[in-house]
Amino acid sequence: MESLAQSRASGSEAPTLPASPRVAPRLRGLAVLALVLALLPFALVNAYFYDVAILVCLNAIVCVGLNLLIGYAGQISLGHAGFFGLGAYGSALLAANWGVPPFAALLLATAAVSLLAFVVGRPILRLKGNYLAMATLGLGIIIAIVLANEDGVTGGPDGMPVPSFSVLGFAVQGERMWYWVVGTCLVAAVWLALNLIDSPRGRALRALHGSEVAAEVVGIDSAGQKVMVFVLSAAFAAAAGGLTAFYSGFITPSKASFMHSVELVTMVVFGGMASTFGAVVGAAVLTVLPQALTVVKEYEMVVLGAVMMVTMIFFPRGAVPTLAARFGRRSR
Amino acid sequence: MGGQAVQFLASGLTAGSIYALVALGFSIIFNASRVINFAQGEFVMIGGMSAVSLVATGVPMPVAILGAIGIAAIVGLALERLAVGRAKNADIVTLIIITIGASIFLRGVAQLVWDKNIHALAPLSGDTPIAFLGATIVPQSLWVLGATVAVVIALSWFFRRTVLGKAMLATSYNPLAAQLVGIDIKKVLFASFGLAAGLGALAGVLIAPITFTSHEVGIMLGLKGFAAAILGGLGSFPGAIVGGLVLGLLESLGAGYVSSAYKDVLAFVLILVVLFFRPDGILGAVKSERV
Repeated sequence: MESLAQSRASGSEAPTLPASPRVAPRLRGLAVLALVLALLPFALVNAYFYDVAILVCLNAIVCVGLNLLIGYAGQISLGHAGFFGLGAYGSALLAANWGVPPFAALLLATAAVSLLAFVVGRPILRLKGNYLAMATLGLGIIIAIVLANEDGVTGGPDGMPVPSFSVLGFAVQGERMWYWVVGTCLVAAVWLALNLIDSPRGRALRALHGSEVAAEVVGIDSAGQKVMVFVLSAAFAAAAGGLTAFYSGFITPSKASFMHSVELVTMVVFGGMASTFGAVVGAAVLTVLPQALTVVKEYEMVVLGAVMMVTMIFFPRGAVPTLAARFGRRSR
Repeated sequence: MGGQAVQFLASGLTAGSIYALVALGFSIIFNASRVINFAQGEFVMIGGMSAVSLVATGVPMPVAILGAIGIAAIVGLALERLAVGRAKNADIVTLIIITIGASIFLRGVAQLVWDKNIHALAPLSGDTPIAFLGATIVPQSLWVLGATVAVVIALSWFFRRTVLGKAMLATSYNPLAAQLVGIDIKKVLFASFGLAAGLGALAGVLIAPITFTSHEVGIMLGLKGFAAAILGGLGSFPGAIVGGLVLGLLESLGAGYVSSAYKDVLAFVLILVVLFFRPDGILGAVKSERV
């Protein structure tokens, strides 16, 4: 006993302590993200650049949530644009037709979409792989068609205008102010995701990704955990959808379309599955790319399709984990 | 009233046959590789658009049809060689993204090679409607039904009587055992893409005179074909045919008697119900999960 304590004491002298033991490693990345977002306005020379940066942040919020579902829990969804669209239309309708204050409308719509995800989550998440892909795809398409067909309420395929946004009587206007609002939301979303991943729930998700049977054996309620992360990712999508509606002042059912769901999943997979910062990078690259390609509009689809195929064939782990592995090897 | 019902049945069977052909393509590729080929709908589009272009150059219709099937088959083989075959051991999400990427790529190329307009293909034997039990049926519908029956007969001969067909069937049952008896499963996957693309193109050529064609027709037809394949039981050939016909009929009856605006919703609601209560499809073997 004594010798053990002694050897431990002598052993502790050799390894150097990490520089800041109080800061969890997961929060360092968050600090970097916050710094980048804080410094980015120096590079945003006009309103158009701000607009693109805002779109990046909004997509990144969806992707951070979707990555929890796809990357960590290993459950695919080809229907998250449906939740995005419902969040957008829900916020817009509550604010425009029912006179609900915009911020309350956003929260109510997000809560309603979360409830929907909770109700459909259990039967849907019993399915696996291709069947899960089909079910989520079907759910998304049903939502998109309903939004496009109920033109008495939603304005149909032409879309509907959305009132301007305000938080507790404080109006949010102009690209500059919007940038700080969505930037803050993104940091909050990433912080939430990182904390979840490092919690027992996060470890449970990764366990059931590896093997649901093994996860059940060690006492994880895999169905419940899957529903929890499904609801959370739907809430992220709905909130980002609502913010997008208020920001752009107009929404169309295309935001709920199958193609939008595919774009969102591609951002997650491109950036790197099971990497929260990968999801942010994926959202950034694949939001900026089409903007850059508008110069050669007719090649946009060819380039997007080629990027999707080439990344998945040669870097199936996604951009950020692949680069991290390469960088790690070089530095060692 | 009776005539109306016959009308709905006829249009349902026509659409259902097309879904069945697309669903067969999904099942053929799924059996060879467990891959869901989301680019399957694009083969339908390539078939229809190629036939339109070939006819426009003055080629006789039968040659144009064969040419369109050939072009799609080559695209299918190239897709396997250049993309899917290279990532065979990737997980399901990766493969789904690759084939969705391929579908967007092919749609983009089609938009460059052809255009964004809607094109009509001339029907195979005129467009004088035939009166039948109080309904009027376009002759092209009969071509669709006839060609689908012919394809089903040809495929069952192919899978029962030819070496390649038997090899493909064996691979679908057990790839490892198939390899052990000397079947080149890479060749099987390659052939599967060619066959599935050809079937899709045939569907595209057959439906183009009725619903017209454009660079975007592949999206919905592909998703409906996927739905039909799941409905019948993924990987089952009789299931694909039954799933396609059931989907087509329900859609047509739903559009006729319930709401035409919600025709497409009906298909996906049906799929969700089937998946919730019978995930292996109507004709799929019920697989119990072993713990």
